[in-house]
Amino acid sequence: MTQAPAIELKGISKAFGPVQANKDINVRVMPGTIHGIIGENGAGKSTLMSILYGFYKADAGEIFVAGRKTDIPNSQAAIAAGIGMVFQHFKLVQNFTVLENVILGAEDGPMLRPSLARARGVLKQLSEDYELSVDPDQLIENLSVGHQQRVEILKALYRQADILILDEPTGVLTPAEADHLFRILDGLRAQGKTIILITHKLREIMEITDTVSVMRRGGMTATVKTAETSPEQLAELMVGRKVLLQVHKTPARPGAPVLQIDDLRHTDRHGVERLRGVSLTVHAGEVLGIAGVAGNGQSELLEAIGGCVDASGSILLNGKALPLSGPGSDGAARRAAGIAHVPEDRQTEGLIMPFTAWENTVFGYHRDPACQTGPLMNNAAIKQQAQDKMTRYDVRPPNPALAARNFSGGNQQKIVLAREIERDPDVLLIGQPTRGVDIGAIEFIHKEIIRLRDAGKAILLVSVELDEIFALSDRIAVMFDGKIMGERAPESTDQTELGLLMAGVTASQAGDPIAAVDASLHQKERREARAHD
Amino acid sequence: MDKMPAWADAVLVPLISILLAALLSALVILAIGESPLDALTLMIEGALMRSSGWGYTLYYTTNFIFTGLCVAVAFHARMFNIGGEGQAMIGGLGVALVCLFIPFPHWSVALLVATLAAAVFGALWALIPAYLQAKRGSHIVITTIMFNFIAAAVLNYVLVNLLRPTGAMDPATATFPAATHLPTFQDMFATPDNPLFRGAPANVTFFLAVLACVAFWLVMWRTRLGYEIRAFGHSESAAKYAGISPVRITVVAMLMSGGLAGMMALNTTMGEAERLVLNATEGAGFIGIAVALMGRSHPVGIFLAALLFGFLYQGGAELALWTSIPRELITVIQALVILFTGALDNMVRMPLERVFLALRKGA
Repeated sequence: MTQAPAIELKGISKAFGPVQANKDINVRVMPGTIHGIIGENGAGKSTLMSILYGFYKADAGEIFVAGRKTDIPNSQAAIAAGIGMVFQHFKLVQNFTVLENVILGAEDGPMLRPSLARARGVLKQLSEDYELSVDPDQLIENLSVGHQQRVEILKALYRQADILILDEPTGVLTPAEADHLFRILDGLRAQGKTIILITHKLREIMEITDTVSVMRRGGMTATVKTAETSPEQLAELMVGRKVLLQVHKTPARPGAPVLQIDDLRHTDRHGVERLRGVSLTVHAGEVLGIAGVAGNGQSELLEAIGGCVDASGSILLNGKALPLSGPGSDGAARRAAGIAHVPEDRQTEGLIMPFTAWENTVFGYHRDPACQTGPLMNNAAIKQQAQDKMTRYDVRPPNPALAARNFSGGNQQKIVLAREIERDPDVLLIGQPTRGVDIGAIEFIHKEIIRLRDAGKAILLVSVELDEIFALSDRIAVMFDGKIMGERAPESTDQTELGLLMAGVTASQAGDPIAAVDASLHQKERREARAHD
Repeated sequence: MDKMPAWADAVLVPLISILLAALLSALVILAIGESPLDALTLMIEGALMRSSGWGYTLYYTTNFIFTGLCVAVAFHARMFNIGGEGQAMIGGLGVALVCLFIPFPHWSVALLVATLAAAVFGALWALIPAYLQAKRGSHIVITTIMFNFIAAAVLNYVLVNLLRPTGAMDPATATFPAATHLPTFQDMFATPDNPLFRGAPANVTFFLAVLACVAFWLVMWRTRLGYEIRAFGHSESAAKYAGISPVRITVVAMLMSGGLAGMMALNTTMGEAERLVLNATEGAGFIGIAVALMGRSHPVGIFLAALLFGFLYQGGAELALWTSIPRELITVIQALVILFTGALDNMVRMPLERVFLALRKGA
């Protein structure tokens, strides 16, 4: 090809204080291709894209757009250069219509009416060209997440972007919505647009990209043709050593039911009913995985069982009913009863970030008599056991006096896991066990979960990563809109079936899956909107 | 990973802030035609060079330690208790009631009971805002400010209508019985040939304040309660996860906070005036906010910050007495110190962090 690259980065470096976020990055993105950028959390993907979009200024290096050296001091310059960005967290005004959002910041003049009229025409054309159908007069708050993402893409296209950057676009989508997004991206590529896809999911890279660049610790380790690589090779490039992508486990040998949940309900403080009659049973020696798109009640389910929020219905632990509100229903009581809880968000729930590691290793268990001497806390003993745990779980650096916030995500998660597992609980609730955790630690955490299962613990796993659910679960329950849509065995189901269940569509409705998914999501959002009013 | 060493954060930042405040104050003094150097000399001589000066400085310091600790407890639970002033006023009422109506055999017994009364009255005054915050979500800043006004009005009513001795023109209680007289520094340290601390109001409550600093440290960093308060202060959702009741911590922290504010009244009411007067607190409740901010909510820092403000109060009084610098200017100087150490903290911190970063890179 003699064509100039759509984007070429030469020697880009950026440091934040002592942290080298990007060092000497060189990459060429050819026009009309989908170029994936993959790397672990903190590898520097987002920093690089922020430099490209004018949020940060590089310390060194040059940017060429379509062969011309271009300065991008701010996002206006990026837009002028034809670069559009779809952020992971959408930047939309909730109570504006689609049309109003699209022209926001790109109005033709002081009066809105001509801009809106022109935008309506452009939008109609765009949605016909690229399967990007959205009702232009609908308020953003009434749209599903997938549709909101389309609005973001439309916004970029309306600004005549030729180069589209998408940052972790599938994190919030159901598999069906993600498929639709990929079809849109396909269409865009066919029209000659250039797309940069940032992700940490190997599957997506393999599925849609033409070329992929791998980042590790701020550097670009390789750029390869997707057709000539494999997930295993990419994982190795990301981590810097061989990684086991598969979890090895023997079939589960479930014992007696340990955790029996019946008709569990919870209404949040905005009056939205988040759990609408959940019934589940977890047996000793099995992993029950809860699949679902984030925000369908999984978080509340863990919190209700873990004693963080009040609920109604019933929870039996080894046949004994637990109080669900009032005295004896808090997290401390649940721990005493034998329910350990690795929360979804370790930074705001599982750990106190400014506390030292040793203070965190007893968090939640600090009322244990072993932590006390007379009226004071037995800090010497706590430090000792913290040192023990950190050595055994290979927390790095193994320094108990360091504040929790100074550890990497994976090591923070190990501190939480060590604390919860070491108490030998009957039930382990575990939410998003590997979110923001590097691949090396993922391997360790997955092994640990299977080891506990084989030791006869009842494990309830919540994860938005379907791959993780499939890899670890012995049974899979799918949650949608505060309800269990169904239970499947991992060997007798697939991503498509689960994907429909995650969108609230059961097999009987699946004649026209797309329409059914849209209708179901719409219904959910209507219910939540009503509760807010 | 930390941007600068702990000692720089704890010592250098406040020190530079104070210097900046002093510099600006010097310019103001220069502008009204006085010599800043003379003013400084006068302040130091008046507050630190004579034992009676120290007697006043430490008297003010005692007040500020109590109110500083009061604000710091609440800070640790991520609450802003602006009600130290009102809680101290009501604490004073408690002190006055026990001193007036219980016949004490000895000052030590009187101090013990009065401490209890002061703490209980102050704590109860903080209880209502605490309850409203914990149960109803009414913001503690708003309610404690309102309770300052209510406290002032209550005190006014009680002094004028109930506790004022018949015939007296002054809205104050009768003088307390002699048995409740607390030993002043003069009583304790002066000898016939070395009259130390003559006439100065510093008294035995200073040691009580130092004791409170130690107790504060023990409770906050060595007990389960302190652990829970600090955890709650950093993350309410984490506290819920761990089974720490937000309602309980909010109420307990505010009771402790109010109790400490109330104990300040021991110094002013029992130690100095030996009767309850209308404006015994003299704004010390508000100075406590600056003291806690500057002292980083740590007892050692609070002690040092209280000492600084004690010096400013006493030195300022000397200035007003001996120079044409108006009394109001003292308030300006104090305000500058508060501004620089409290509100403009980051103005000093951020450049300093950069300096340390550059030093480390160079090394």
